Amino acid sequence: MEYFLQQLINGLTLGSVYGLIAIGYTMVYGIIGMINFAHGDIFMVGAFVALISFILFALTSIALPIVLLLTLLIAMVFTACYGWTVEKLAYKPLRKSFRLAPLISALGMSIVLQNYVQAAQGARIKTLQPVIQGGFNFFEDSNFTVTLSYLQIFIVIVTIVLMAIFTLFITRTALGRAQRACEQDRTMTALMGINVDRTISMTFIIGSSLASVAGMMFVMYYGVIDFYIGFLAGIKAFTAAVLGGIGSIPGAMLGGLLIGLIETFWSGYISIEYKDIAAFSTLVIVLIFFPTGFLGKPDIEKV
Amino acid sequence: MLNISKVETFYGNIQALRGVDIKVNNGEIVALIGSNGAGKSTLLMTISGVNKAAKGTINFDNKNIENLPPHEIVNLGISQVPEGRRIFSRLTVEDNLRLGASSNNKGKNFDEDSKEVYDLFPVLRDRLTQRGGTLSGGEQQMLAIGRAMMARPKMLLLDEPSLGIAPKLVNQIFISIKNINKEKGVTVFLVEQNAKKALELADRGYVLVNGNINLEGSGKDLLNNPDVQSAYLEGGKK
Ligand SMILES: Nc1ncnc2c1ncn2[C@@H]1O[C@H](COP(=O)(O)OP(=O)(O)OP(=O)(O)O)[C@@H](O)[C@H]1O
Ligand SMILES: [Mg+2]
Repeated sequence: MEYFLQQLINGLTLGSVYGLIAIGYTMVYGIIGMINFAHGDIFMVGAFVALISFILFALTSIALPIVLLLTLLIAMVFTACYGWTVEKLAYKPLRKSFRLAPLISALGMSIVLQNYVQAAQGARIKTLQPVIQGGFNFFEDSNFTVTLSYLQIFIVIVTIVLMAIFTLFITRTALGRAQRACEQDRTMTALMGINVDRTISMTFIIGSSLASVAGMMFVMYYGVIDFYIGFLAGIKAFTAAVLGGIGSIPGAMLGGLLIGLIETFWSGYISIEYKDIAAFSTLVIVLIFFPTGFLGKPDIEKV
Repeated sequence: MLNISKVETFYGNIQALRGVDIKVNNGEIVALIGSNGAGKSTLLMTISGVNKAAKGTINFDNKNIENLPPHEIVNLGISQVPEGRRIFSRLTVEDNLRLGASSNNKGKNFDEDSKEVYDLFPVLRDRLTQRGGTLSGGEQQMLAIGRAMMARPKMLLLDEPSLGIAPKLVNQIFISIKNINKEKGVTVFLVEQNAKKALELADRGYVLVNGNINLEGSGKDLLNNPDVQSAYLEGGKK
């Protein structure tokens, strides 16, 4: 029971990180019908920006909550610029080209980002001293103590807040409405007087800034990163997006949590060595039995 | 107001418009009739900037618009109700109307303008929270017209608004098109297969055949023209 609870806490924390990345996959898929293969690397860039920001702030005497907030903002802004650039370079020029072309150029962007970070930051792993320490301990007199760290609470709360803001944005604002319209019919959206190119760019910018927050959480949680972390995390988040139903935003959030839970429970109860296989087996099983994912959209088109 | 001159449009190698000349004056209702595949929808999409004219010019309010992107053309005052209505079926009726208002002072006139739309089509007011896709065909057409009106256009392009709609509703829709023109002063360019109804309503009309304008004249003259009668009226509903 105590052990189970601990896995649950760890799984929800990890799931928050995957969920934030998965939103970017699902939004871009929703709006242009393509998987952004560079999204995992955008997450990695976010982790590096956050790391650099933490290291610089460590030289100052600014209070921790302000450091966290500033790092969050810095990571979001810088990473959003990268996401915007990926869209401008890899997708926009090829929008009228054959379908595979932008996928190939996005794969290219993924490699460019990895090599760029490798060249600029070095290939060796980077470490970050714990930024938030301590936590609550439960069941201390039993033979397994359950820990809920302040960092885990921070990660889950930031994720919930961001997802709430994001949901309001999508459902209540003009830009969110334009994005939902683009998902259905880009030509018609343009005929509403909406700048579709700008709407698509905004989608990349928002997806990237959410991924950067995931990157910040990741570097805080694990304390080590390298230029290659985007690959595995990206594929798992993509699995999460498919699991939830690609194109569905609540689906991405749910899928992220599920993948996080599956991964931690697998490591906790079966084998830590094969934890990555757990996520991918899930992907295969979902694709076979629920090809549209759990919250995939049933169309209610009527002619 | 709208001056289309020698416009040619291609889909790859296929030429859909072969030098079209059309003029629409401020305040008019102008009808464009033609059989399937004549190029009517292509022309409207070329005016709206969705299809690019390979040759020729399109002038609106003394401004050349043939190279502008669609959203800028909407901002200049041309709104289109496309063939098949193209309602955002997964979004609510209200969201559809709000999208229509995007170009109009960034949606800030929504309350005021939506009232005018409800006056035209009272049924929409009762359907605001319903998804667009759950409306009947006729209601969707009303929504499509209402949505276009939310932009406060100077000119409305309508592509076969009577297509696939019950005859009773067709009358209602034609009456509202007339109202939009007469009461709200919106210039109307109407594409129709229902040639009789369209020409009865229109001040002037054009006949498009295979990407060429074949005939033009007042609505009445075209209705009485023997060629038009045999090609577009005899077989259809009298
Ligand atoms: N996307 C496209 N790709 C290739 N050819 C097209 C495309 N759209 C239309 N065409 C061709 O262009 C010509 C004109 O089509 P258009 O849709 O403009 O005709 P229309 O007059 O609107 O016909 P309808 O009354 O059936 O709506 C047709 O020959 C059609 O096959
Ligand atoms: Mg047509």
